[in-house]
Amino acid sequence: MDFAFYSEVIWRLLGGLPMTLNIAFVSVAVGGLFAVGLALMQESGVAPLVWISRAYVFVFRGTPLLVQMFLIFYGLSQFPEIRASWAWTYLRQPYFCAVLALAMNTAAYTAEILRGGLQSVPFGQIEAARACGMSRVTLYRRVVLPIAVRQALPAYGTELILMVRATALASIITIMEITGIAQKINSETFRAIEVFVCAGVIYLAINFLLSRVVMALEHWLTPHLRAMPHEQLLAKVGDKL
Amino acid sequence: MSAFELLGFGEKGWGALLLQATAMTLAVTLTAFFFGGVFGAVVARGKLSDSMVARVAGDVYTTVLRGVPDLLVIYLLYFGGSQLLSSLYRLVTGETGFIGINAFLTGAMAVGVVSGAYQAEVFRGAYLAIPRGEIEAARSVGMSGWTLFHRIVLPQVLRFAIPGLGNVWQLALKESALISVTGLVELLRQSQVASGSTRQPFVFYSAAAVLYLVLTSVSTWTFNKAESTAMRGVRRA
Repeated sequence: MDFAFYSEVIWRLLGGLPMTLNIAFVSVAVGGLFAVGLALMQESGVAPLVWISRAYVFVFRGTPLLVQMFLIFYGLSQFPEIRASWAWTYLRQPYFCAVLALAMNTAAYTAEILRGGLQSVPFGQIEAARACGMSRVTLYRRVVLPIAVRQALPAYGTELILMVRATALASIITIMEITGIAQKINSETFRAIEVFVCAGVIYLAINFLLSRVVMALEHWLTPHLRAMPHEQLLAKVGDKL
Repeated sequence: MSAFELLGFGEKGWGALLLQATAMTLAVTLTAFFFGGVFGAVVARGKLSDSMVARVAGDVYTTVLRGVPDLLVIYLLYFGGSQLLSSLYRLVTGETGFIGINAFLTGAMAVGVVSGAYQAEVFRGAYLAIPRGEIEAARSVGMSGWTLFHRIVLPQVLRFAIPGLGNVWQLALKESALISVTGLVELLRQSQVASGSTRQPFVFYSAAAVLYLVLTSVSTWTFNKAESTAMRGVRRA
């Protein structure tokens, strides 16, 4: 094995890590905001809002992300009106288009996850909170959101991992993140297997860390499912006996 | 030319080519899904096995392929495959040369191995959903091995797996768009070609999006239908 080559490849690929993380983080943050809007629209009960939100989710979940990215990056440039407008400063940048496509895409999936979480809150809990005289805001802050977030977290963790994987598509519209750099090294050296395996290892490491963080978060948010301190102690003693 | 003419079936219309490409998308996804089914079944068997080695191997397979970008898997198989073949060719003939490999099969294989990781989880879940008593009952009447598998296990695994398989199928359908990077003329690649030669990217990528929506909607409908057919013998609350 050619360790010098491997370590050189890994070092060069790691140069793309900040860009990969940047795209993932920004699009998850922006997409999360969109998703809250979409979920609230669906829960609002106002017919046109519900309809728009449903159509959005249907279209973005029913088409490939790459098509969405191409529509934004190449498609919009077809119109002279857009090229002449202020929006063009952003829409001509591959980075902006990649983040926008990823954010709009994850928004559709996240909205569904959020909606599932909100619907999982038992109605009795909401009734009980109302009976205690909680205002709408307090009710959401103290009862609905904590339960909904806890319920939605595992599915959201999966979505986050899917997003990290999806950032690789940004390389197709010329962004030099990890996959883009891997493709460049491959075209210079023709050692596809070594290069793409190294890139895969980096993604795997990111997603492994990410899944640990989500697991820790889940653990922290579900104290009621953990054993009581004296039970944990007993379990420990029991192991030793 | 208007968008209507561009997408039509006239002399200068791209309609026929786009439909052909849609058929190609469907074909490559079906092939990939089939490969995925084979891998998924084998990996699920491993994950449910008593052997520690098989369990670990199964876990590694699903963890790796669900944690690595699908695009990377396509690149690895496509470029790595021709790298392997080219070096084999050099070994055998002593000459250097570049060997390209079939984009359809490589693409289907790449999407297939990823799909296999998801299908393995679906099959595993479906197997665990079979009531233990059924298998014990089958054993007690003397069924074993293959008989037990194809009479008791398989029909129920397939029944319980349908909703999960529906999701995995949709994933594969959308992932098949990535195969366009290998040059296989499926729906997205064809729209790229059409956009390039007409300079109307918005028209063609929108058309592609609509055709993908048709494919995913028809799939949803089909899987719902299949689920209700498979579940017709099950009493539900």
